[in-house]
Amino acid sequence: MRKIWWKILCIVIIFYVIVMGIMGPVPHLAIINESIRNTYFHVALWLAMTLLLFTSMVFSIRYLNKGNINDDDIASELAKSAIFFGILGCLTGSVWANYTWGDPWPNDPKLNGAAVGILIYLAYLLLRSSFEDEQRKARISSVYNIFAFAVFIPIIYILPRLTDSLHPGSGGNSTFGSYDFDNNIRKVFYPAIIGYILLGLWLAELRIRIKRINRIREEAIITADKV
Amino acid sequence: MSNILNEIKTLIWKEVTLEWRQKYALSGMLLYVVSTVFVCYLSFNLRRNQLTPIVWNTLFWIILLFTAVNAIAKSFSQERHGRLLYYYNLCSPQAIIISKIIYNSFIMLLLSGFGFVFYTFVMGNAVQDMGLFIICIVLAAIGFASVLTLVAGIASKADNSATLMAVLSFPIILPMLLMTIKLSKNALDGLDWSVSTDEITTLLSIDLIVITLSILLFPYLWRS
Repeated sequence: MRKIWWKILCIVIIFYVIVMGIMGPVPHLAIINESIRNTYFHVALWLAMTLLLFTSMVFSIRYLNKGNINDDDIASELAKSAIFFGILGCLTGSVWANYTWGDPWPNDPKLNGAAVGILIYLAYLLLRSSFEDEQRKARISSVYNIFAFAVFIPIIYILPRLTDSLHPGSGGNSTFGSYDFDNNIRKVFYPAIIGYILLGLWLAELRIRIKRINRIREEAIITADKV
Repeated sequence: MSNILNEIKTLIWKEVTLEWRQKYALSGMLLYVVSTVFVCYLSFNLRRNQLTPIVWNTLFWIILLFTAVNAIAKSFSQERHGRLLYYYNLCSPQAIIISKIIYNSFIMLLLSGFGFVFYTFVMGNAVQDMGLFIICIVLAAIGFASVLTLVAGIASKADNSATLMAVLSFPIILPMLLMTIKLSKNALDGLDWSVSTDEITTLLSIDLIVITLSILLFPYLWRS
């Protein structure tokens, strides 16, 4: 029962976000109307995903510097929960796009970039699964993880801004924060990001623990065989 | 510093001699480009008038992309394990990756130049601004070579390296490919150079990021 407070905090925040996200007051804007509530889910999920991927990259760098296999476990599981969020972000975004832009998958550079970004990380998982040796797997996939993050950021955040995109903040559209982010939204939006990050960490933590237990069990079996 | 430069020079020279000694690899790649272009030409033969500049452009870059993946995939897997161990003892990893990138860029320049000449020969020349198009080919060749060299290094460590090479490299190379297609479209339409400065700087910066990352990350890859 160690350090349980952040899990409770996570549950409380997520309930708060769901309740306030659906019932709370929001500004009324043309076209977007009530669907602005999706900001709490779609935008916050993407931000949480980017932060999780960033942390994953930091742990990959740590692994390459120190060579501790635990760092690689953390990096890979964080990347996995980030992919999960990425897929959820795509789904919520597609619902939103369906009602505001009239098409669940409009041909938009940011959407295509997001799809490519998810492909990059699925390739990361494939790369991980194609090695037998643990240290070798850890080192090579860490190298790829760092490389992937460095390509991921331009795909999602820089290239769409150079071309015309339906998303805010690109192609002459102003960013979200500048005009329609009133305090009611902020009160839910920032907790939402924290809540999702905590949820992602929780998911990753559970899987890391399973991994460690399995590793210890395997080692026990090997030593038992030797005896 | 001069030490590393010397190592790079020797390593590039070694790659060239090795390539020259086993000519089948390079001539195989040249033949690959020629036959792919020819297949495309025959497939479009019936509908020559539908070959708009956009189709012309996209087809050309896709042919080059596949050529690049095939040409560079072998840059690590072709050498035997013992020889790699030998290099490991002799030179610094930075020298090895830099020499491989330079050598692969050179090969890519050769292949894409040759491919371009043959492509225009059979498919007709749609380029209005040749200077810009050549700049585009040079930037793309260097960019493809540097991304694919590191990915080939990663993939060569795994067992099913051919699949892995394609899966790992295509999404990563995509932003570069899209920028190149945009830039070369400007060259096809003969637009003023000031329109394309954005694309040129973006391509250059992607190239730079990728090359620095390769130099930083390769030592870790090399150790395993």
